[in-house]
Amino acid sequence: MTPDKRADYWRANLRYLTVLLIVWFVVSYGFGILLVEPLNAIHLGGYPLGFWFAQQGSIYIFVALIFIYAALMNRLDHQFDVGEE
Amino acid sequence: MTELEIWSYSIVGLTFAIYIGIAIWSRAASTSEFYVAGGGVHPVANGMATAADWMSAASFISMAGMIAFGGYGGSVFLMGWTGGYVLLALLLAPYLRKFGKFTVPEFIGDRYYANGARVVAVICLILASVTYVIGQMTGIGVAFSRFLGVSYEIGIFVGMGIVAIYAILGGMKGITYTQIAQYVVLIFAYTIPAIFISLNLTGNPIPQLGLGGTHVGSGMSLLDRLDQVVTDLGFKQYTTQVMGSTLNMFVYTLSLMIGTAGLPHVIIRFFTVPRVRDARYSAGWALVFIAILYTTAPAVGAMARLNLMDTIQIGPVGEETGNLVYDERPDWFKRWETTGLLKFQDWNQDGRIQYYSDGGLGEARMKLADAKAKNAGVETAEQAVAKAETAHSATKFAKFGWQGNEMVTVNNDIMVLANPEIAGLPNWVIALVVAGGLAAALSTAAGLLLAISSAISHDLLKGVFMPQITEKNELLAGRLSMIGAILLAGYLGLNPPGFAAGTVAIAFGLAASSIFPVLMLGIFAKRMNKQGAIAGMIAGITVTLLYVFQHKGILFIKGTEFLMPELGMGTNWFFGITPEAFGAVGALANFLVAGLVSALTAPPPEHIQHLVEDVRIPRGAGAAVGHYIGLSRA
Repeated sequence: MTPDKRADYWRANLRYLTVLLIVWFVVSYGFGILLVEPLNAIHLGGYPLGFWFAQQGSIYIFVALIFIYAALMNRLDHQFDVGEE
Repeated sequence: MTELEIWSYSIVGLTFAIYIGIAIWSRAASTSEFYVAGGGVHPVANGMATAADWMSAASFISMAGMIAFGGYGGSVFLMGWTGGYVLLALLLAPYLRKFGKFTVPEFIGDRYYANGARVVAVICLILASVTYVIGQMTGIGVAFSRFLGVSYEIGIFVGMGIVAIYAILGGMKGITYTQIAQYVVLIFAYTIPAIFISLNLTGNPIPQLGLGGTHVGSGMSLLDRLDQVVTDLGFKQYTTQVMGSTLNMFVYTLSLMIGTAGLPHVIIRFFTVPRVRDARYSAGWALVFIAILYTTAPAVGAMARLNLMDTIQIGPVGEETGNLVYDERPDWFKRWETTGLLKFQDWNQDGRIQYYSDGGLGEARMKLADAKAKNAGVETAEQAVAKAETAHSATKFAKFGWQGNEMVTVNNDIMVLANPEIAGLPNWVIALVVAGGLAAALSTAAGLLLAISSAISHDLLKGVFMPQITEKNELLAGRLSMIGAILLAGYLGLNPPGFAAGTVAIAFGLAASSIFPVLMLGIFAKRMNKQGAIAGMIAGITVTLLYVFQHKGILFIKGTEFLMPELGMGTNWFFGITPEAFGAVGALANFLVAGLVSALTAPPPEHIQHLVEDVRIPRGAGAAVGHYIGLSRA
């Protein structure tokens, strides 16, 4: 593998990381803590929305983020032919 | 023997027999099996074991109680203890798996080409893990005291004995399989009562939906009803009550998240899967299994709170018959009174229980009684009572003839265990919850003890001080250090620095401030050198420890907190941040110091930079051991 391809692979990885970590931050620290009061004015069933993000929603999204990352990276490993086996 | 006792002994006995059976059946024969289960565990199985390892007494026993009394503020635990898995899966797990070593200090020692870095990492790891085990001991003490009907202290001694037998036998291979069984026990134990209670209160069997559903008795939404019940009694509104301040909640959550990603007993888990891609998925599976409990916990907390309030405040606030008569208190109330974790004091001598927010009057009275018994500080205590009485007399509660909150002790940690009893669920459910609490505490204690013992035997002895040690002696040293850790944690567990969840949060802060930053920099910053890493770890953990010890006592010993009041550093003096949340500040210090020192010193040698390049690419990941001894695949 050439150093250039290596660098490309790593850059693509960092791009995924940045996007996913922004989502990670927004749903927990953003919606769950900093913006919780304005969001609580909206209701999701019996849940105030900010409260829902803090105690339910952020957790579901965390799970999704990890699987999305794993799938993206598997594809990337394949593209760059750096996977195992 | 009562029916409940028969159920408790049978279910707890049966589950223990299963765990010990598995531990013996899969006993570790080699160091590779002892530390990383030979590196051959399927990602889903590994995820389940990680979940059990992870969800400790703090998650199972303590967290819902913290949420019950902290309301929205309890969210820091929910987000903090799950969001860390995102960091772990994205920033650490695949690379550490690629690196392929036994322990976290081993990675740090190799990446930073210095035994010094490895030794500092071991010390940080031991500090964090021992603090964590103290939190487990607190939980085990609560569970055993209730289960055996003994005092909290005796509960701890019994727990220490069982943890010792069990962790020492197994090693990682045994622990991994046992933990899968423990996950099954604990998740059923947690969700079954939650389903019953949700069905009772909202008619919806799924607690996650029930919490957002309609309260059967009042027709209001459950959360609105709860807000109303607690505010009527002077408590803060459930759905908006913050923990400290918004800033404190922010750093608290951050501290738990990066602590999660820095805790060695969790990271080790990702060395036990066969491939790098498995490490990525394994973190996801772990979080799925964790999320089942973590999304149920807020429902358990809210519903337990509502049931507790409704049990005591049986009618309208202010009417004489609105409060439960003490002599008619339910059986669970009496049972928890024997543990000392629930206490009643009839301040107004009316034979009824008033449980409300009294602005600290009841507490001031308790302190006065205590001061009188010790014959010290009586005058200050009397002044405090007088002040609280004046404030209280202006409230509506004084007009009802109430003279202070009479539930003088309601320990947070009893809520989950007492929950099914409060809700009047069948005895087998109550027994199952006790078994689940013990499973959670034991599985985590075992995982932590393993991390401690591998740090001492593998990193310190084999790695640095006695490279010639035989495999047999290394295992022996590992087991001996486990015993030492159990004794220390048990001793400190007798005088815990807080509730199980709070103590555990401090452990996370220590891991967050020391381990996580250097691991992350080791992978993402090629330029980071040993000077930077060592200085960073020392700075991070020192800042955190100083703040924690200042609040909780030096080495958590009571009476040594706030030794120098003349410095004006009182409770939460740093921007109102609580010591449990301070790990995030420590981590920031770690990053800053590491970056600065590294920039001022020589870059790491060529081969280390190649090593970092290599860690970033999955291809060529060998087994976590290099040599499989007696490998068995799951």
